[in-house]
Amino acid sequence: MTQAFRIENGGLINRDKKLSFKFNGKTYFGYEGDTLASALLANGVHLVGRSFKYHRPRGFFGAGVDEPYAVVQLYRNGETEPNIKATEQELFDGLEAKSVNCWPSVNFDIGAINNFLKIFLPAGFYYKTFMWPKSFWYRIYEPFIRKAAGLGVASTKHDKERYEHKYEYCDLLIAGSGPSGLAGAYAAAKNGAKVILAEDKPRFGGSLLTSDVNIGNQSGKDWAEGIIAELKTMPNVVVKNRSQIFGYYDHNMLVMSEKVSDHLPSTKKYHPNKRLWYIRAKEVLISSGSIERPIVFGNNDTPGVMLSSAAKEYLKVYGVLVGRKPLVFTNNDSGYETAIEFKKHGVDPVVLDSRKNAESEIIDEAKNLGINIKNSFVVVAAQGYKKVKSADIASISDDKKQLGKIENIQCDCICVSGFWTPTIHLASQSGNKTKFKEEIDAFVPGQSKQNEITLGAANGVFSLDETLKTSFKAGSELSKKLTKKDNEIAIPNVVEKKSSQHDKFWCVPLPKGKNYKRFLDFQNDVAVSDVEIALREGYRSIEHVKRYTTLGMATDQGKTSNLNGLQLVSEIENKVVPAVGHTTFRPPYTPVSIGAIVGREVGKHSKPTRKSPMHLWHEKNNAVFVDAGVWLRPRYYKRGNENLFEGSKREAKNVRTNVGVCDVTTLGKIDIKGPDAAELLNRVYTNAWMKLPVGKARYGVMLREDGIVMDDGTTTRISENHYHMTTTTAQAANVLSHLEYYLQLVWPELNVNVVSTTEQWAGAAIAGPKSRDLLQKLFPNSDVSNEGLPFMGFMERDLFGVKARIFRISFSGELAYEVNVESDYGNFMWEKIIELGEEFNIQPYGTEALSTLRIEMGHVAGSELDGRTIPFDNALEGLVSKKKDFIGKRSLQRSAFIAQDRQRIVGVVPLDKQTSIPEGSHLVKDDKAPLPNPKLGHISASCWSVEYDNPFSLAILKDGKNMIGQKLFAMSPLKNKVIPVEIVSSHYVDPKGERVRS
Amino acid sequence: MLYINCPHCGMRSQNEFSYGGDASVKRPELNKEVSDQEWDNFVYNRKSLRGKHLELWQHISGCRQWIKVERDTATHEIFRTFKADEEVA
Ligand SMILES: [Zn+2]
Repeated sequence: MTQAFRIENGGLINRDKKLSFKFNGKTYFGYEGDTLASALLANGVHLVGRSFKYHRPRGFFGAGVDEPYAVVQLYRNGETEPNIKATEQELFDGLEAKSVNCWPSVNFDIGAINNFLKIFLPAGFYYKTFMWPKSFWYRIYEPFIRKAAGLGVASTKHDKERYEHKYEYCDLLIAGSGPSGLAGAYAAAKNGAKVILAEDKPRFGGSLLTSDVNIGNQSGKDWAEGIIAELKTMPNVVVKNRSQIFGYYDHNMLVMSEKVSDHLPSTKKYHPNKRLWYIRAKEVLISSGSIERPIVFGNNDTPGVMLSSAAKEYLKVYGVLVGRKPLVFTNNDSGYETAIEFKKHGVDPVVLDSRKNAESEIIDEAKNLGINIKNSFVVVAAQGYKKVKSADIASISDDKKQLGKIENIQCDCICVSGFWTPTIHLASQSGNKTKFKEEIDAFVPGQSKQNEITLGAANGVFSLDETLKTSFKAGSELSKKLTKKDNEIAIPNVVEKKSSQHDKFWCVPLPKGKNYKRFLDFQNDVAVSDVEIALREGYRSIEHVKRYTTLGMATDQGKTSNLNGLQLVSEIENKVVPAVGHTTFRPPYTPVSIGAIVGREVGKHSKPTRKSPMHLWHEKNNAVFVDAGVWLRPRYYKRGNENLFEGSKREAKNVRTNVGVCDVTTLGKIDIKGPDAAELLNRVYTNAWMKLPVGKARYGVMLREDGIVMDDGTTTRISENHYHMTTTTAQAANVLSHLEYYLQLVWPELNVNVVSTTEQWAGAAIAGPKSRDLLQKLFPNSDVSNEGLPFMGFMERDLFGVKARIFRISFSGELAYEVNVESDYGNFMWEKIIELGEEFNIQPYGTEALSTLRIEMGHVAGSELDGRTIPFDNALEGLVSKKKDFIGKRSLQRSAFIAQDRQRIVGVVPLDKQTSIPEGSHLVKDDKAPLPNPKLGHISASCWSVEYDNPFSLAILKDGKNMIGQKLFAMSPLKNKVIPVEIVSSHYVDPKGERVRS
Repeated sequence: MLYINCPHCGMRSQNEFSYGGDASVKRPELNKEVSDQEWDNFVYNRKSLRGKHLELWQHISGCRQWIKVERDTATHEIFRTFKADEEVA
């Protein structure tokens, strides 16, 4: 297939490398250096999709990031990605793309019926239509919106690509490699500053690639190439193409998305697909240039209508003619530059200039080339459905209100130029309050808010000479401040053609009796009439108009539509544009792949994984693991075909009858040292700590200032001024911060140091009636009798040559010990315990058995200490000192906390002694009561009691103290269960606590 | 992302810190009679100012020190930072 619209020579593409690609199933050819858009246009393909709302045919409007139409579904290396702009996607061999928003095909689209029903789809359509009746929502509206919404389909497969995050610091970050960016980068780099220069396109140079200028006796393009080549050799400079700075955040943090692999058929080994850069810059130069804006006229969305700058770029960069009979419609000199390029390539354009008379060097050149120019002429409407076939044109009166006689002229494209809009997004995101610049009818950055400066076209300066001078100066001055170097740079001589004043004209009036759609926002199908409706219905704030009409809310973020929308509002409202104000610019400037945002934090990398020193042993012994915060803990050790229920029951039973061992390394451990350590404990725990003897442990409860239980655990006095605190696994970090808060800010006079030692100690809990016998084997020379090591006792002993700490504490309610050794010896300890425990029928037990054991003993844990309960609720009021003050004590006087019928922990047993009660079930009095059934409490934890061999649960129940013996219902609408239950004491097993003291 | 000058470590990114609320709140002394109103003000009531605000941050992934940060809650501008025991003039 020939590329019918590719010119013989010219352009920056590599004609030696022909690439094959598919669009909507059909094979085409392009060249290396093409975009998908330029390659399609070279093949004469102008129809790429359907519009969002009316499904009108869509072509190409721009040639880059501003493109509102040409959004495609891309297929690459077995993956698919939606929402890809054909104007940005570089061509590679084997590329495949499809149109979006069309069914069954882009040429015949059922949805285009919306176009004829457009009377039903005006502004606010979604708000008005989908409101009622409610029953229609799920069956009709939602499926309709889901089918109609979106630009393509996201892949449901696991993304095999890799994405990276990178953190970088620099003196000067430069957004955009046009003349301003290059000059600024060069000057700053020469002063030794650390510079990052970012360009979103594959080629550096910005407007210099297409403009007819001369810098220092070279073409603009050659000058840009020379500067880039030199910058690349400098060690203090990073130049990045295919890299879009899309967000300007607080404190000069900018985020850039680098497309590392999108231009290749597949990602190279060890390369990421995209790399997200978080850059903290001391100074930022915004040289993001400007985007041409359209003039609004009838059917201005017809394929073949495009920005004149885009037509020029397709010609100069890609060697592609967007048409052979071009009509140029302009209100300024830029249109002439495009016309001149056409003429130079043997194509005769017609120029319609809305201005009555304009004179400049550029216009003179056009006249000298013999280009047909019609002044005071406008395009009234494009004609043609899937492609421009002709244009209705007319003269226009000086006040731009009256159209002359309409005539029709043949053309195959309409290149439109309504002057230039500075790209102020980054400056605005930085907090810069933008200002309206009358001379250019657009907003430019105002006073700098952060350390940012905007120069060149982005600042509304369109003279190359001025841009280069100010940018060289800025680059040199910004860097001088930081590097204290001042290398003088000779500013090159610039030759450029002077242009004349543009016409403040942006919208062609409707001719009498015609009701053409005149689009403002091409991606969201927002027309002039929609904004008129919004204003008529009383919307005034531009932010409201935006949301009601969806103007500027598409993926192109209104890059070509915002200003014309403002012009329209200002005209109808009879306000000047600055009084209307623009909507807030928010990051990202362009769509960013979710993969890039997520980076490497996927799957098991989404959080760190902490493993105990005994982890390998657990793995080897068939542990089934469970996430406990970021820790992996054995849930149970599977034997044969056991399931969780069977395995955990076996393990718990073995603890009650023989002895079990549980890895408790994950418990938070805090080392507390200093003469005021006891005083600190006394202030943060609810119970008394001043008289705890050396070698003894005590259970403590910690409150928040609002009286809610924060954590519990045991703390042991190791020596005179040395304590070892344990916390729950979940609260370890919070408790440390809590202690540091009081020590550093509230009681700096206390002489205490706290440090986390969670990872320094490996812990094993040995529990069961035979645990003492086992302990004696582990420490054969120590007196571990009930007298030698009583309940809550502590000793340091030698475990076969390893220093060990032995605590006689119990979470399971059985006679139990916790042995700690330094982490590196954890596995040694564990294997010794297993080896010597064999004769006592030891079995390791996991968190599920651990839960069972504590639940049937009525010991509280995270499910009761859930951030909503006070000590009384957990039957811990005995631990609340009446004598001393402590953190949170004053809050316990709140009326709700001392109410007579205050909630309290109870035990719950199903009447049938069979049905397990789902955790989270509500306890109610009457299972038949109308909804919402008054809730008396909830099930906090459930287990299968191994002691009694029936289900047992803990609950937090209103007036729980007086409810023992009552019959209630446990209801779980989620599990669709209603279970008659009896309320019993939470201490279901060994209520007197004799076992732990035995 | 904020850039916070830890008085102990220097300029560090916000993700190394955790926020700790209003630094002007003073905890009533232990063992002192406190009225309900006074206690409520300490535990719950915050001004939620727009503008310059003195707040607590902890450098949890750094030196673990609690510091005071004078920050504009609307613009996020940080004016000064202080050590925990430094008087704020
Ligand atoms: Zn620090």
